[in-house]
Amino acid sequence: MRVGVVTFPGSLDDGDAARAVRLAGAEPVRLWHADADLHGVEAVVLPGGFSYGDYLRCGAIARFAPVMTSVVEAARAGTPVLGICNGFQVLCESHLLPGALLRNEAQRFVCRDQRLRVETSATTWTSEFAAGQEIVVPLKNGEGGYVADEDTLDRLEGEGRVVFRYVGPNPNGSRRDIAGVSDPTGRVVGLMPHPEHAVERGYGPSTDGLAVFTSLVAGALTGVLA
Amino acid sequence: MSLDPTPASRTERAAGARVAVDSVRVAEATPDIVQPWAELGLRAEEYDRIRDILRRRPTAAELAMYSVMWSEHCSYKSSKVHLRRFGDATPAALAKGSTTMLAGIGENAGVVDIGDGWAVTFKAESHNHPSFVEPYQGAATGVGGIVRDIIAMGARPIAVMDSLRFGAVDHPDTARVVHGVVAGVGGYGNCLGLPNIGGEVYFDPCYQGNPLVNALCVGAMRHEDLHLANATGLGNVIVLFGARTGGDGIGGVSVLASETFDVSADGSSGPSKRPAVQVGDPFREKLLIECCLDLFHAGVVEGIQDLGGAGLSCATSELASAGDGGMRVALEQVPLRDPSLRPEEILMSESQERMMAVVRPDRLEEFLTITDRWEVEASVLGEVTDTGRLEITWHGETVVDVPPRTVAHEGPVYERPYARPDWLDARQADRAEDLPRAGDADALRAQLLDMVASPTLCSRAWVTDQYDRYVLGNTRMATPDDAGVVRVDETTGRGIALALDGNARFAALDPYVGAQLALSEAYRNVGVSGAVPIAVTDCLNSGSPEEPGAMWQFAEVVRGLADASVELGTPVTGGNVSFYNSTGDTAIHPTPVVGVLGVLDDVDRRIGSGWAEAGLALYVLGVTREELSGSAWAGVVHDHLGGLPPRVDLAAEQLLASVMLACSRDGLVDAAHDLSDGGLAQTLVEGCLRHGTGARVWLDGLRERDGVDLTAALFAESAARAVVAVPRSEEIRFTDVATARGLPHVRIGVTDDAGGPDGSPVLEIGGVGMLTLAELRAAHEGTLPALFG
Repeated sequence: MRVGVVTFPGSLDDGDAARAVRLAGAEPVRLWHADADLHGVEAVVLPGGFSYGDYLRCGAIARFAPVMTSVVEAARAGTPVLGICNGFQVLCESHLLPGALLRNEAQRFVCRDQRLRVETSATTWTSEFAAGQEIVVPLKNGEGGYVADEDTLDRLEGEGRVVFRYVGPNPNGSRRDIAGVSDPTGRVVGLMPHPEHAVERGYGPSTDGLAVFTSLVAGALTGVLA
Repeated sequence: MSLDPTPASRTERAAGARVAVDSVRVAEATPDIVQPWAELGLRAEEYDRIRDILRRRPTAAELAMYSVMWSEHCSYKSSKVHLRRFGDATPAALAKGSTTMLAGIGENAGVVDIGDGWAVTFKAESHNHPSFVEPYQGAATGVGGIVRDIIAMGARPIAVMDSLRFGAVDHPDTARVVHGVVAGVGGYGNCLGLPNIGGEVYFDPCYQGNPLVNALCVGAMRHEDLHLANATGLGNVIVLFGARTGGDGIGGVSVLASETFDVSADGSSGPSKRPAVQVGDPFREKLLIECCLDLFHAGVVEGIQDLGGAGLSCATSELASAGDGGMRVALEQVPLRDPSLRPEEILMSESQERMMAVVRPDRLEEFLTITDRWEVEASVLGEVTDTGRLEITWHGETVVDVPPRTVAHEGPVYERPYARPDWLDARQADRAEDLPRAGDADALRAQLLDMVASPTLCSRAWVTDQYDRYVLGNTRMATPDDAGVVRVDETTGRGIALALDGNARFAALDPYVGAQLALSEAYRNVGVSGAVPIAVTDCLNSGSPEEPGAMWQFAEVVRGLADASVELGTPVTGGNVSFYNSTGDTAIHPTPVVGVLGVLDDVDRRIGSGWAEAGLALYVLGVTREELSGSAWAGVVHDHLGGLPPRVDLAAEQLLASVMLACSRDGLVDAAHDLSDGGLAQTLVEGCLRHGTGARVWLDGLRERDGVDLTAALFAESAARAVVAVPRSEEIRFTDVATARGLPHVRIGVTDDAGGPDGSPVLEIGGVGMLTLAELRAAHEGTLPALFG
């Protein structure tokens, strides 16, 4: 399975996302922001970082990169897309996911090992988890407070589209402790914490994050994607 | 400030009025014009020397260049005669140890071999004065500058560290500096995608007006990728690339770093020097990193020089000096953010995120394709010549025509007078060992709690949680463990360990010993992490070199480090000096901050600092002496600084490190934590809190063997010691190894995950009592959040 990992100017965790894809048994394909060609990949990861320096607003400029036009098109046609941290911000700015991410409530960048609850296994990126399972992966961001209007939040909850929730003290002021959400199909998922930094024993607090990537691969193998 | 003998106002210039430029021709025609050499920080004799070198008066641009390159910060004019000791000591250190150096002092950063064809380069640099004036930008550009040094060597930066020192926590100005500096280090480093893997934070009133911000960067490369910057090859082109040049940081080097500035009683500085601090853009720097690595990879550059302090003045003169010919540069080709900048301002500007490359003409097109790909602006400024001179023109007029070595390397060298301060005898006689000690268990328990909660010893998580330690995915260990450990080779697991340490209180009591203790501590931190220490870098922060006492302290620090580097077999591969860290008559403690680099064949063999399970045997390695002077106990409990620092025992440090290496390779210990600030008590508390597993400890055996009382057993800061947690199954093998090597070891207790009345984990120390980990954690971790929010 070929999985695209996009590099924007200022992407930082692109190498880590590619490593996670590889460890999950798929082949990472590096995609360049200025190249609209997705090179036939079957899924796309938008990695963490500070694309375009986070200038204007996180993810606001990346959204207009040539590669994003193709990613949005592909996502609408059913290609799975995962947005991590800055990638989540890009997905919100691209309107593939609802809501927005604001500066952390404490007004500080925070890096810590974060406990999360996987709220649903009914997405392409969480099928290998059990619903309700708790995992620990790194969280590192300055603007990770998830917000949306109450109606949207109610709808996300009602449709089972809250994918990850913070457990314990809320690290950034996210509404309803939401750490990650999906689109209505469950193929497009965005989250602030970094599962790609919890895929290798000894590098990160756990290997809990690997299942995000193996979910994708397992889904492809069992033909769920077909 | 205007350097031009016929100044014009900025509005005139901006309006496009073509102002007569102070060219070489004009200088020859107007030899007697009075020039502002004093305002630029030059001494009369230095100005005269420039006139002698040029056999005429310098142009404004030349004066700018010489003044900034002959400043203390760039020329090392007061430290050079002492720093020679490091170079002189290198052959002996190499002969004694096992290090292979690929590049040493004099390059942007030292480079050492770490095996399997890998090389590592690392260096620390100070950004102290800017960080007081403008804490966020000062600290941010400190990180940016040291990262560019590493890139220029051809290496990919793989981690950063920082050593921060602030004034008293309760001083009204401290929070401003703390917030700005921490946010600046984080804001820049996080956005660059470099894991911050450790460092130190201290508070002491002596840093009130002179905070210290020392940033370290480490990079890795294959041997064949090592690049040294020089302008060789007649006809090769000189390309400036990266950010545009603006008016920020003009004179930053000579005005900020080389001159003590006065602070009024209310803590505010006098007339604003703010414009002299550079402004950083980490996003641009991230692009520059990737761009430079691509350029090196494609083989399209002969060399790359970073632009840091002294900007183009430094880059052009250093590149030309290192080459074999000369260099010609057309200054109007420099892309500007501010079109009104004059040639001398362009030469002095310290705008960040810029690099200069030497490129063969036939590779220029490929070069520009790569810079375009990264959206990095590039401009051809000139070429390598065979004239032996550095010639800089401005719209066709020659404004600089100098022998480059006289700018870059042959600046003034001073043998500053130095003398041991008179007050030192009295201070050394005022021993902390004579201070009153706690009389009973309750008093000891209270002291221990006060100490772990004190700003000196409390958890640094409030600071370090603002830094990304995970990015790049190779961080095997980071703060609060003893050393940062990073994987370099993903296939084999080969990697490095790094520690950055200093104890200025010890250096204040005896700078020679204090410097050696700083090196000892960093060496020990690398050693107990299971790595082989191989090289040293340093940041030497001092008061004014014009004050004989401060100069003596500096000389002693260098002598101490050089001597110890030989004995430990770890060469000093590079370093940095920061003078003039004084406000009024008050100087900082001499503060040598020392970085030690170690190698691990496989970073999975690294040893962490905390124990994670019950039933492990705890041993203290090394000997505890009645050494309380300069300790955290003396400072926190008694607000006291006097006496003689702990004894240095480099052979014992080597022995400890070699036993720890054996433990790492054979998997004999589960955890190891060095003993330093706060002594054994602090080490035990940290070892317990790391993973929330407690311990029960009895110190009778240690006290009997070493002949010390409970206060010394708990709080003495004797060197060459560590605590290890040994699985029962390995205990015999472990003690056999320690015995065979002659390393003193004494069993002091066991780890335990229960023990409290409610079954919760506790730290129980015989003669002190029981402390629940919950109360220790509250005390240890609550301090900085309470102070700084």
